[in-house]
Amino acid sequence: MAAFEKLVRQYDRQVFRIAQHIVQNREDAEDVVQDAFLKAYEKLDQFQGNSKFYTWLVRIAVNESLMRLRKRRTGRMVSIDEDVETEEGSMPRDLADWSPDPEALYGQSEMADILRRTIQGLPPGFRVVFVLRDVEGLSTEETAETLGLSIPAVKSRLLRARLQLRERLSRYFKKRSGGRAREKQAQGGVK
Amino acid sequence: MTCTEFLAQLDEMLDQDAAIPLRADLQEHLRTCEHCEITLNTTRKTIQIYRSHELYELPDDLRERLHKAILAKCRKC
Ligand SMILES: [Zn+2]
Repeated sequence: MAAFEKLVRQYDRQVFRIAQHIVQNREDAEDVVQDAFLKAYEKLDQFQGNSKFYTWLVRIAVNESLMRLRKRRTGRMVSIDEDVETEEGSMPRDLADWSPDPEALYGQSEMADILRRTIQGLPPGFRVVFVLRDVEGLSTEETAETLGLSIPAVKSRLLRARLQLRERLSRYFKKRSGGRAREKQAQGGVK
Repeated sequence: MTCTEFLAQLDEMLDQDAAIPLRADLQEHLRTCEHCEITLNTTRKTIQIYRSHELYELPDDLRERLHKAILAKCRKC
């Protein structure tokens, strides 16, 4: 039990963060944290000393989160494959360069709002790949294993997720003044 | 190299150790294509910004509450 308590303390923040990113609702995220750790506990002896414990826990948390999301949007299928066929973001359109220090443009809490709103606009199947790979720092292989996707599928979703986020953030971060000349030039075109 | 071919390599460029020089053909495209230069730099910045902001912090009181609830249920298992 003490060993398990240590695992909870070690990973609770990550599980909560991942759950919040997927379900976008605090009560559901709290439930996911509880259920994920309970499931982990039931099988704890299988994972003692196993370095894969974290990815295994994340997989449980992701599945629980998708299930909650599905319950909330009754009648709508929510899966890791939802909406990933979109062409948005496959080729960047907004070519304006960003301000050299976009973080200086907004206060801390305003910035957090922008980032939350922006990532929430992505389809769940893109969001979860971006969160695991770029926010939580899992490798491509770990992300693929966790989500039951192939490595090329993870790579393609990650690219699209990154480009979509970039495009959406451009609205907030692009150069406002003094950047006109460069912006115009940059719109010169895609080869 | 076309922009589409360049962007297909974006993943590797973003993951690559900054100390390692880019492949010559990618460097050449970057030098002549502002579109891709901006895309690469702002995408890199996008990842950095998301990495450096904690969007969903777990408050201490909620954390304690969750620990108690989890451990209580586990003792019953
Ligand atoms: Zn280009």
